[in-house]
Amino acid sequence: MILVEALRSGWQAIVANRLRSILTTLGIMIGVAAVIILVAFGQGASNSVTSSIQSLGSNLLTITPENPNRGGEIVNPSIQELTVADAAALNDAVLAPDIAGAAPERRAPVTCTIGDLSHSTQIVGTWPSYFEITNSPVAEGAYFTNTDELSARRITVIGSTVAESLFPDSDPLGKRISCNGAPFTVVGVQQEKGASFTNPDDVIVAPLSAVENSITGYGEVSLISVQATSPDTTDLAEAQAIAILDERHGTVEGTRDFEIFNQASLLETANTALGVFTALLGAVGAISLLVGGIGITNIMLVSVTERTREIGIRKAIGASRRFILLQFLLEATVLSVFGATAGLVIALLVSQVEVAGISPSVVPISVVGAYVISVAIGLFFGSYPAKRAASLRPIEALRHE
Amino acid sequence: MIPVVEMHDITKVYGEGEAEVRAVDGVSLTVEPGEYVAIMGASGSGKSTLMNIIGALDVATTGTYRIDGVDIGDLDDDALSLVRNRRIGFIFQAFNLIPRMSAAANVELPLMYRGVRRGERRRRALDALGKVGLADRSHHQPNELSGGQQQRVAVARALAMEPSLMLADEPTGNLDSRSTADVLDLLDDIHDEGKTIVIITHEDEVAARAGRVITLRDGRIESDVLASSR
Repeated sequence: MILVEALRSGWQAIVANRLRSILTTLGIMIGVAAVIILVAFGQGASNSVTSSIQSLGSNLLTITPENPNRGGEIVNPSIQELTVADAAALNDAVLAPDIAGAAPERRAPVTCTIGDLSHSTQIVGTWPSYFEITNSPVAEGAYFTNTDELSARRITVIGSTVAESLFPDSDPLGKRISCNGAPFTVVGVQQEKGASFTNPDDVIVAPLSAVENSITGYGEVSLISVQATSPDTTDLAEAQAIAILDERHGTVEGTRDFEIFNQASLLETANTALGVFTALLGAVGAISLLVGGIGITNIMLVSVTERTREIGIRKAIGASRRFILLQFLLEATVLSVFGATAGLVIALLVSQVEVAGISPSVVPISVVGAYVISVAIGLFFGSYPAKRAASLRPIEALRHE
Repeated sequence: MIPVVEMHDITKVYGEGEAEVRAVDGVSLTVEPGEYVAIMGASGSGKSTLMNIIGALDVATTGTYRIDGVDIGDLDDDALSLVRNRRIGFIFQAFNLIPRMSAAANVELPLMYRGVRRGERRRRALDALGKVGLADRSHHQPNELSGGQQQRVAVARALAMEPSLMLADEPTGNLDSRSTADVLDLLDDIHDEGKTIVIITHEDEVAARAGRVITLRDGRIESDVLASSR
């Protein structure tokens, strides 16, 4: 009952000072909108980085040869390179139950031509299991097979960037391109993977035997791609790969001549960094919310001073301290709730817009949080002016001009 | 009958030591129900301070004061608000209506603080406005009304409260002679209905309407005269 009456009195005062109420509301509105929008952009950025990492295969391990030297001194002089046999050894269901597959990759820069078109790219000589391990499906055409690998057929699956460059307006399937002088027949085009740190679409993939045969010669491999059975088992798969390679190379920790790059841990690191980034953006928004809150205190203090006489009259005719306190508190809270609602509407509209390739993703907790905080701000920043108003002595307030 | 106002040896002291001022100095005063009392005095005589104490807007330094037999000496802020709300109808020199609120809403306000329901208090407010002849002005805001009309709204506000005591502080101080006559006639009518009125004034023509005139000087009662013996 008293709550309804106090709310009505507060509302009358808000309506009576329309312009000022709107300006006060603006402060909170900007604060709430800033929190929600900035957090949404942080989350959007995080989502896009996460999905581009995941498109590389979130359960992917990459093993590269590494010469372990400390300050120029070679720790392990009997350095061995990674070999095709290493890759074969990792495909061991007994010793490495969490490894779904491993494929060696022989990489080399090549220039491919067809007609008078030419494109410099990288050739990857590998096993057919490469496509599954690295999450690289073909968009059209086919993969090459174990038979092709055994017979060293010069066929290739090309990345989408290469396809656009060499076949701007024709179908690449079945065409023969010349890479560093060696002819390769295009049998497939990879699905586009999208932007990452390097362009994963600027590549041509061919059977390892064919690449060794015609371009690189035989020898060590550039890297071995390993697929864990699931994203959760990447750490186990990593440990099993290390054990098998240590056994084969006769190395221990510190003298290891290879390095394992874990996609899942990269994802984790990226997420941690992006979390900090999002929190930072949220903090910037929170500061504007705080400034909006101080704006409420300011305007309510002005209001109390301006309405000192009115408060005196109200107390003279019987308003209790509690009623005056409640009226001013509710007035401040209504202002901040209105601001929060307007801010929320604006934030939801702005979040529909994609900026710099990032589509913002509104985080529900930031909406609820901003709302709750703005009500708290109304109560907190309104309480000092409200207390001032409630404790005014009627005779002094009545004397006020 | 229980007196409406019963003051015994009331003093009000401001400041301390050298700067001490005794604004009211040992006033004893009783007002019976149905009386119409004027309190007169030059400025500085302490009549404003006395009016604040009578109206429970301020508490005395020493002495006892009962309104309707209720001792208000040791009541806190909120309890004093309640006493004012239940027992005293104020009419101020400066009208003291709340701006940007209609006449009806102003008259309703004390009833709202009392917890009267909306419909009931709207009815009583319109009733009171009718009594002061402003039924057709109930939706006007104070700044749309003349001084005399504003003071009549204030009278209606006091009336709607049905107080034990109507307390008027220089109610005609800001009015022209015609409005003054209107407001004083209104107070006469209210008194004729049996209400108790205390009016603070420095004008003889205002005091002439009262049945009893108390004159203050330097915080003390100088004279207390019934009209019939004047």
